[in-house]
Amino acid sequence: MANVTLQAASTVKPPLAPQAQLVIRNFNFYYGGFHALKNINMDIYKGRVTAFIGPSGCGKSTLLRTLNRMYSLYPEQRAEGELLLDGKNLLDSDLDLNDLRARIGMVFQKPTPFPMSIYDNIAFGVRLHEKMSRGQMDERVEWALQRAALWNEVKDKLNQSGMSLSGGQQQRLCIARGIAVKPEILLLDEPTSALDPISTLRIEELIHDLKKDFTIVIVTHNMQQAARVSDYTAYMYLGEVVEFDLTDTLFIKPKKKETEDYITGRFG
Amino acid sequence: MELHKKRKLINNIALALSLAAMSFGLFWLAWILITILQLGIAGLSVAVFTQMTPPPGSAGGLANAIFGSFVMVGLATLIGTPVGILAGVYLAEYGRSTVLGHVTRFINDILLSAPSIVIGLFVYAAVVVPMGKFSGFAGVLALALLVMPVVIRTTENMLRLVPDSLREAAAALGAPKWVMILQVTVRASQAGIITGVLLAVARIAGETAPLMFTALSNQFWSTALTEPMANLPMTIFRFAMSPFKDWQELAWAGVLLITMGVLILNIAARTLFKQKITS
Amino acid sequence: MTLPESGAAVAVAAGAGLKVSPVRRAPSQLGDVIFANLTRGFAILALASLAGIIVSLIYGAWPSIQKFGLPFLWSADWNPPMAKFGALIPIYGTLVTSIIALVIAVPVSFGIAIFLTELSPPWLRRPLGTAIELLAAIPSIVYGMWGLLVFAPIFGKTIQPALAASLGQLPVIGQLFAGPTIGVGLLSAGIILAIMIIPFIASVMRDVFEITPQMLKESAYGVGATTWEVVWNVVLPYTKAGVIGGIILGLGRALGETMAVTFVIGNTNFLSNASLFSPGNSITSALANEFAEAEQGLHTAALIELGLILFVITFVVLAISKVLLLRLERQEGRKT
Repeated sequence: MANVTLQAASTVKPPLAPQAQLVIRNFNFYYGGFHALKNINMDIYKGRVTAFIGPSGCGKSTLLRTLNRMYSLYPEQRAEGELLLDGKNLLDSDLDLNDLRARIGMVFQKPTPFPMSIYDNIAFGVRLHEKMSRGQMDERVEWALQRAALWNEVKDKLNQSGMSLSGGQQQRLCIARGIAVKPEILLLDEPTSALDPISTLRIEELIHDLKKDFTIVIVTHNMQQAARVSDYTAYMYLGEVVEFDLTDTLFIKPKKKETEDYITGRFG
Repeated sequence: MELHKKRKLINNIALALSLAAMSFGLFWLAWILITILQLGIAGLSVAVFTQMTPPPGSAGGLANAIFGSFVMVGLATLIGTPVGILAGVYLAEYGRSTVLGHVTRFINDILLSAPSIVIGLFVYAAVVVPMGKFSGFAGVLALALLVMPVVIRTTENMLRLVPDSLREAAAALGAPKWVMILQVTVRASQAGIITGVLLAVARIAGETAPLMFTALSNQFWSTALTEPMANLPMTIFRFAMSPFKDWQELAWAGVLLITMGVLILNIAARTLFKQKITS
Repeated sequence: MTLPESGAAVAVAAGAGLKVSPVRRAPSQLGDVIFANLTRGFAILALASLAGIIVSLIYGAWPSIQKFGLPFLWSADWNPPMAKFGALIPIYGTLVTSIIALVIAVPVSFGIAIFLTELSPPWLRRPLGTAIELLAAIPSIVYGMWGLLVFAPIFGKTIQPALAASLGQLPVIGQLFAGPTIGVGLLSAGIILAIMIIPFIASVMRDVFEITPQMLKESAYGVGATTWEVVWNVVLPYTKAGVIGGIILGLGRALGETMAVTFVIGNTNFLSNASLFSPGNSITSALANEFAEAEQGLHTAALIELGLILFVITFVVLAISKVLLLRLERQEGRKT
């Protein structure tokens, strides 16, 4: 099974000339006085999976969390530079954050089901942004759960609490909740680090399936996972992007010595 | 070897004393509860619930006092709870590290431990004196001031137990902060907040001191909040201090009612909270 | 870093997505502004009520503050018909009953906390802990009535004579246990207060004992210490600040307690000897007994000043306990 997916990942060739959907230019980020991200320049390609890898504390999660301006919840954190989505700088102060987050969804390290029913967990985000009839909402909930490969497991207990599901199911619920809003980009922050191997595998399969419809950015501490699921990989270290390339290239023929050391396990 | 024996002896004495202390605590609880049950049940009758408080030396009931207590405790809870929850939400969600947050938190601790009789004095000076008379309304206000800090404290504590990841998850879906608070964090801490409200109700149900200078008491059935209002604690106070046997018996019945009500509220709050923790 | 594959850096993706974006309405920003200010308003309301309490107490007490000045604090003359007021007797009563309460409640609570954390079989911990906490749930008027009608008569007939016959015979301390054994008085009030504050102190002690790291205790047991030695030499020093904080919390309760004290303290403004058997008055009982019947004017003002003094005392006590608990938190922060 794992082999199949690995092969699938390496054989799918991105179509020629992918479009850059999110363009990061001269981007810097600060936690108070600490300079956490230094002069980042990279493109996130539409319809592709981009992985950020690197040792703990390298800034990969920080970078991910700036893409939907999650950091704005914390007043002491601040960013400079350009994050262009369709030509619009996401750092502009007049940007509507809630609107942005409807366009860029996020799934977290640990499952975060809300204290409400499975159905309402999915409908929560949709209700925020769209007005629709009960019937349309039912369809949307089913659609999201189908896409997250959870429908068959929960279709008979949509009214049960989201907390009653297993860890892997909860994480797929969170993915369903994220895609129900129909975002353009989906950010995954180490989505499998709290899960067992089988649940991890299911999520990885899901990522393959989802990239047909969404641009995906995933942070992972697991290099094999990055190799399995992503089209592009960025290796980060100490707040900088050391190397960014096609995943195959980066893992087989890294250009930089640091990258090679890291992926071959000689790092540190 | 001598030393070893001495250490062992000290240990045994200390542990025996600890057991004695535990028994000491339980002894009072048992004694008080048994007395209340014995004398309270003896004083209990249908008349207690149907008749008004009697003049000295004749039989009667506590109907007006029970009614008054329900009205005042109920209204005070209705006023104090939303104020407390909203202020608690501010402390936990908006004012975590603001100056207003820190100051309010400290002030709230003072209010929480302020003697209830001082709260009574305050309402006396602020409401009773300007109105020119004691009133049920003043009593409600004094009790609401006791509910508020308890609810503020528990609301804040419970909201703080909600992991920030849940807040981020809501924000990541594009939820405005107020929707996030009302639909996610407050919901996640519901059981804890209700526990706090129940404990606050239990506290004010037995409070006498803040009513002394505010609602006072009323010998008759009165539903007007602008008039002095009968209530159980003040009636018990008056009747218990009196030399009349009828009154004392009624006071014991009242004590039984209050104690049972308060204990039931406490146990309900605990079980609710325990369920929440284990689920 | 633009990749070769992408050719020229295509900075802008065309609006045409992989799928048609749904029509969205932006959630209202207004809701946020309203809700944030609403909650802030109520937080300010809490502030305002404290300010209101302080201002109204000072305002109400002003005639008395003006007339008697500082000597109000140590004058023992409380004579409403003569319009003479001094707070010594009530202050003395408040302090003495609270001290008696602490002297009894602290060791007992310590014992209970040791029992609950170290001795009790695990299945008994919860019910016993709850039982002790229920002592705190019983309304104070119940303590008062029970104290006056049940406890004080028995206390006066049996325990007080026994105390007079034993402790009363000692030099110096003997004076505390002398005089007529009438049941009600400072000692009874102190004992009832002790029962009332035991649950507060005991549960704080239990909670802080429980946060002592298991490893620390195990290390002590590992070198052969007895349970008592572990508690006394390891647990207690580790939780010192928390324990003192808990004791002060109990003290605050005792100082402000009204009903229980009013019932059993005896309510007299004359105090001729040092005996704890004698009746007295506390700030709260003076207020409870006299306020409703007090003449507007100086008498009322003097009583409100008593309330103000009580408020100041409890405020100071609370401030001390906060500082101590804060220190404990910091200590923990360092240790982890």
